Amino acid sequence: MKGRTRFESIKEWLIERIIWICGVSSILFVFAIFFFVFREGSAFLFRGFKPVEFFTSIEWYPTSQSHVRYGALALILGTFSVTTLAMLIAIPFGLGAAIYISEFCSARVRETVKIIIELLAAIPSVVWGFIGLTIMNSLIIRLFHAPIGLTMLNGGIILALMSVPIVVSIGEDALKAVPDSYREAAIAMGCTRWQLVYRVLLPAARNGLLAAVLLGIGRGIGETMAVLMATGHSIRIPTSLLDPVRTLTATIAAELGEAAVHSDHYQVLFIIGILLFMITFIINLTADLIVKGIRKQ
Amino acid sequence: MKNSKLTIKDLRVRFGHKQAIKGISFDVYQNEILGIIGPAQSGKSTLLKVLNRTIELIPGAHTSGQVFMDGQDIQKLSNVYKLRRSIGIVSPLPVGLPLSIYDNVAFAPRMAGVRKKRDLDDCVERCLRQAALWDEVKTRLQTLGTRLSGGQQQRLTIARALSHEPQVLCLDEFSIAIDPVTTMRIEEVLKELRSQMTIILVTNLVQQARRLADRTAFMFNGELVEIDDTKVIFSEKAAVRQTYEYVNGVFG
Amino acid sequence: MFTATPLTLKNERSEKAARLVFLSMTLLMVIPLLLIILHLVAKAWPILSLDFLIKNPSHGMRAGGVFAPLLGTIYLVLFSLLIATPLGVMTAVYLNEYARDNALTRIIHLAVVNLAGVPSIVYALFGLGAFVLAAGIGRSVLAASLTLAIMTLPVIITSTKEALSSVPFAFREACWNVGATRWQTIRHVVLPNSINGILTGIILQVSRAAGETAPVMFTGAVFYKAIREGDFFAYGLLDQCMALSMHLFTISTQVPDVPDALPYGTAVVLLGTVLLVNAFAIILRVRLRSRKKW
Repeated sequence: MKGRTRFESIKEWLIERIIWICGVSSILFVFAIFFFVFREGSAFLFRGFKPVEFFTSIEWYPTSQSHVRYGALALILGTFSVTTLAMLIAIPFGLGAAIYISEFCSARVRETVKIIIELLAAIPSVVWGFIGLTIMNSLIIRLFHAPIGLTMLNGGIILALMSVPIVVSIGEDALKAVPDSYREAAIAMGCTRWQLVYRVLLPAARNGLLAAVLLGIGRGIGETMAVLMATGHSIRIPTSLLDPVRTLTATIAAELGEAAVHSDHYQVLFIIGILLFMITFIINLTADLIVKGIRKQ
Repeated sequence: MKNSKLTIKDLRVRFGHKQAIKGISFDVYQNEILGIIGPAQSGKSTLLKVLNRTIELIPGAHTSGQVFMDGQDIQKLSNVYKLRRSIGIVSPLPVGLPLSIYDNVAFAPRMAGVRKKRDLDDCVERCLRQAALWDEVKTRLQTLGTRLSGGQQQRLTIARALSHEPQVLCLDEFSIAIDPVTTMRIEEVLKELRSQMTIILVTNLVQQARRLADRTAFMFNGELVEIDDTKVIFSEKAAVRQTYEYVNGVFG
Repeated sequence: MFTATPLTLKNERSEKAARLVFLSMTLLMVIPLLLIILHLVAKAWPILSLDFLIKNPSHGMRAGGVFAPLLGTIYLVLFSLLIATPLGVMTAVYLNEYARDNALTRIIHLAVVNLAGVPSIVYALFGLGAFVLAAGIGRSVLAASLTLAIMTLPVIITSTKEALSSVPFAFREACWNVGATRWQTIRHVVLPNSINGILTGIILQVSRAAGETAPVMFTGAVFYKAIREGDFFAYGLLDQCMALSMHLFTISTQVPDVPDALPYGTAVVLLGTVLLVNAFAIILRVRLRSRKKW
């Protein structure tokens, strides 16, 4: 019996160590991601990389024979324009659906709609890209008589559909967190449903909705395959919805395969990766702080 | 002079900044039933967690002071699991583990390393008999413990607390969720168990303490107001006016 | 009783209007989804058959089926989950059962949140830099699975943690009270009672891993690799493989003159797999909710 307990306590100790190591591993992975992406791009970052050109020039000629230039402004604007457009579509619809689910419908309908939205979230980005490439493409050509349908509009709509599930689910959580007493008080004072939504629910759930929007933006900025396939491929500052654009993510996906390992071009793509990593890091951090703030209330 | 089973010396517990127990000292004698009464939030349940050192598993809890069991400081014991097995705890709300009735009772011996089917069978039957539950469940030992009624689950919890042959049995407001008839049955069980072990009965029903306890302690707001023979506590001779008022329902 | 005043009538109308507006917003999201799926299936219909699943792509990927990519996807999903599941579950166990409320725990939490938000293309860069190049594994099933594993990790952690925390604290206390160690409590009571929730979370990751393209594109998946049809052990751990998601990307954008039905068929196979797996997880969850043990 004595020997047994000894063995047991060693086993217990060992298991606790293993579990602890697993727990800490997540931190390691974050550092590893940053480290390895940074490592691949670092040589160029400190040698030939021109930050001013990168952020202000629209001349992206990574494979030019005479004069190689890495101006990513058009790509950055591409990412932000597509993401903004997507959010302009996804936020009203997503929040509208969240309001409908949490305030207007019966439990049964709610479950069904939530399942459909969950399935919407499960559709792989490459399938979304394919939908943009085929269905949306021909739709846009027909509706707007545009020469090509692979445009900012196309990518924005696709990205909006992809971001909607996040906005809906987090928005619904935020609305659910508004105490019922608020609703009852508003109704008792003779508010209409509109007033209830605009004057009571939206302000009360403000932070949660903000987090939903932020996470939607994070998703939009990071999305790769869908925008690669749906937005066309021209590197320029978009001036209309029907202009093709190229995003930061799509640039990496499209060019990494062709860039020779450890060439300048290859390293610049990793620098874009670091940029994306940092942007999404900040967005997620902010969203998380907001969500935590809500829970504390 | 009776010999002490447990000796508590200047025990203090706080959760974060909130003091739950503010320095209490007393003895628990061998083979007595000690009733601990007092309103909610007076530190009674926390005291039991200190005795079997599960307080260490509660985030944010800090303990100081000493508890001796048979003269040994429990903080210095190397095998905390043996300590926990020597103290049986029955919690306020019955907690049938989501296992079969048999597995519920056999859980503790199994975790302690008992593997033989015969030993486990014997243990399960003995404990269920002791807890006056055997006759009701002997034909369906494999059904889920959580499917039993509240009163049955509470007796199952007692059976489980007995399964590791404790020297001290602590009951924490065991009758809070069960009907009076079952309460009376369990009280009978406790009277029989007294010859075999020391029993600490935490309760907010003062009459229950009066019926069962040899001595009664009155705790209020994390402090031990008074401890004495039950007869004294429930008479006009109680040393502290507060005690008299509490047991007579003037406050609390 | 009350008579309708102009005000209550107005309220009733506004109530109806509000419901209608929000309903139509919801429907505007839901209906296109169904139309899109129907359209995809209709376009793919002529090619959908068992043959499509068990034949390799042929004629420069302009004919044939999706056997090699499908098998590659199965490999990637299986290996990535084999790696991510134990790691993710253990991490969740640590966070939910052992971790105290201190700085380390908060940092781990932050790390998990951040891992969940890293764009998939950054995972691709990481996998390429870390596994393919630094670790010297090269482009392979293993490198791609490792990349996918780290990518799915945060979601497995989150869903497992949720499942663990649904087990009442009283059960743990009851176990500790009878002298069970922490691990015994976890092993015999907490895990068995949350295993279904944990499984649901993992199943959802099957569909996520199957659909990912960017992370495998540079770490292990290739445009084309011939394998023997019907051989389910065709890929080795260190081989490159095809993947369904990347195959769809390739034949719809990189290869000219592909007959229409082929990419549609591939998309439907991918989408069907993902939605089926998800539907399975949803059904499992609904059934579990109705069969609680406590």
